[in-house]
Amino acid sequence: MSGTVRGNKVKNMELLGLLSDGFLLAFEPLNLGLIILGVVVGLFVGAMPGLGSVNGVAILLPMTFLVPPASAIIFLAALYYGAMYGGAISSITLGIPGASTAVATTFDGRPLAMQGEADKALIAAALASFAGGTISIVLFTLFAPPLASVALDFGDPEIFALMILAFATFVGLSGDDIAKTIFSICIGMVMSAIGFDIISGEPRLVLFDLIGFQSKINFLVLAIGIYGIGEMMWTIEVSRGDNMMSKVTVSVERVLGNLKIIWGTWKAWFAASFLGFFVGILPAAGATPGSLMAYGVAKMTSREPERFGKGAVEGVVAPEAANNAASTGSMLPMLTLGIPGSPTTAVLLGGMVIWGLQPGPRLFVTETEFVWGLIASLYAANLFAVIINIAFIPLFLWFLRTPFTILAPLIFVLSMVGGYAATERMFDVWLMLILGMGGYLLRKLDYPVAPAVLAIVLGPIAEPALRQSLLISGGDVMVFFNRPIAGPITIIALILLFLPAFQMVWKRYIRKQKAVES
Amino acid sequence: MRRAEIITAVLMAALSLYLMYKSAELPIGWIPGEGPGGGFWPFWLAAFMFGSTILIAVNWFRRKSPPSQSEDPYLDSYGMKMFLLVGGGITGMIFLVEIIGMHLAAAAFLIYYIRFLGGHSWKVTLGISIPAPVITFLFFDIALRKFLPTGLMDPLYIPLYDYFL
Repeated sequence: MSGTVRGNKVKNMELLGLLSDGFLLAFEPLNLGLIILGVVVGLFVGAMPGLGSVNGVAILLPMTFLVPPASAIIFLAALYYGAMYGGAISSITLGIPGASTAVATTFDGRPLAMQGEADKALIAAALASFAGGTISIVLFTLFAPPLASVALDFGDPEIFALMILAFATFVGLSGDDIAKTIFSICIGMVMSAIGFDIISGEPRLVLFDLIGFQSKINFLVLAIGIYGIGEMMWTIEVSRGDNMMSKVTVSVERVLGNLKIIWGTWKAWFAASFLGFFVGILPAAGATPGSLMAYGVAKMTSREPERFGKGAVEGVVAPEAANNAASTGSMLPMLTLGIPGSPTTAVLLGGMVIWGLQPGPRLFVTETEFVWGLIASLYAANLFAVIINIAFIPLFLWFLRTPFTILAPLIFVLSMVGGYAATERMFDVWLMLILGMGGYLLRKLDYPVAPAVLAIVLGPIAEPALRQSLLISGGDVMVFFNRPIAGPITIIALILLFLPAFQMVWKRYIRKQKAVES
Repeated sequence: MRRAEIITAVLMAALSLYLMYKSAELPIGWIPGEGPGGGFWPFWLAAFMFGSTILIAVNWFRRKSPPSQSEDPYLDSYGMKMFLLVGGGITGMIFLVEIIGMHLAAAAFLIYYIRFLGGHSWKVTLGISIPAPVITFLFFDIALRKFLPTGLMDPLYIPLYDYFL
């Protein structure tokens, strides 16, 4: 026993030694400058609709050949982190998610901004991102190799079960019309299937035989259409010409008051950080399902779930903590197994190979300085990201104080430019307009549009997972129930899915009991 | 609102049936050795969509959903006016992109909206409509090399690309 304790102590000391070596590398003047530059560039790239961390990392990858590999990955990791923070800025201030990972932040961040509390939403997003980032980096430092092997146990049935769970949190917990929520999810999934069959490669759902539908619909086309055009049309109609966004102010008292409120939501961001990190390490899952599930869990565990969607601070902190935690988590399989957990880490992986590094289990032994320098730089990037982000909040609020009749056309223009930049096809710009207008008209009839946006992101993950699972099981759906990891996830998902029906039966029973008693 | 609810449900049901029909162009059943066919996934999702529209229609009939209980107009005169003016403006802008390029079309749209819909002065209008496309050009075309469409104005951009890139 004492031998084990001594062994653990030695291991911990070794870990601290490696980490302090990493900090020495991260705090070298060149690397520190690159961290700050990466965070600032990432913040703006992330905040720009149509551009996400993957664009920023891909575009700047060639420039990193001017510096040593460790400095290059430190810069790109800082940019990745900054973009994660930046995604929330456009979600809150403009109502357009800068990236798929920030979709869930829009649900409550945007209503908060509309109520004149954009400062609260922005600070909540920044601090929750910091918390999620910090918790995940600590988990990364302590458990990198064993967690990587857990991720390997996730096969197709487990991934599909996870996708069902992600949607179940939406359907089961939605207070909205359930038939319309299911419709919204299904239409989003069908849209994700347009273009070609991902397994056979055959053209599929080429609607009205238009050539433009021979390629898949990019998530951003739908997201910018729905949020950039549809949301603005909605705001124009609801505001009746009034300037709804001019009430935002920022002061020290307000900041301190907001900090208190945000601290009160600690359960939401704490749980979301763990959830986001774990989902992040799963190959092919990533930050979007992580943030969605964190939102669902926060709503499920809240005492006032009806506040969600109307400006609940927990609805901002949970997805933001989760997506930052997931971004750290997705680096874990990249470094330890050579499997990217997200599109951005796939580009980073390519960069590592070009720099002459071989990702995999041996990396922690052969490139100790590189690995621990990267881990230490994540701590530093997270700290600088929160400071820089909060420092920029007055600038974002100034932007919000712009009269709505100026802000609205600027958002429309940004949506068009962002939509084109995402795919570089004019067909998609037209499609974005049609989807935006359609989304606006459906929203007027209480069709929830957010599940459709999430479905178009998760559809391409769910479909191959389902088809491969059925193939390996010979068409037996029990494959989702009789495996040790997939089984419990599927059962929880089904419980959540049928929760509204249970609640309805229970309420009827209580009502009947009361009637009998009276 | 009540009438709009059922009309929309019928339209969405028709869309679902169309999507089921298009999905069935690929096999929707089991292919030995390959598993579910390429149309399986979208076909059943579209079938679920259709089922949802039936439920929406049932809720409409039973007056369960808020829109099915509402006698308010779906789009009142203000909503219709803004829908046409703003929607028409955006449509016009996209048409213009094909002719004069993204940057000039954006400037034209900003002038239309800020000056004529927003009622701002020419000073404010031009103070925003001119720098905004310049900034998008510098950020997207020059800094990020994401070239936005230039339409028939392409020759005008060549000297700019030569200078900056």
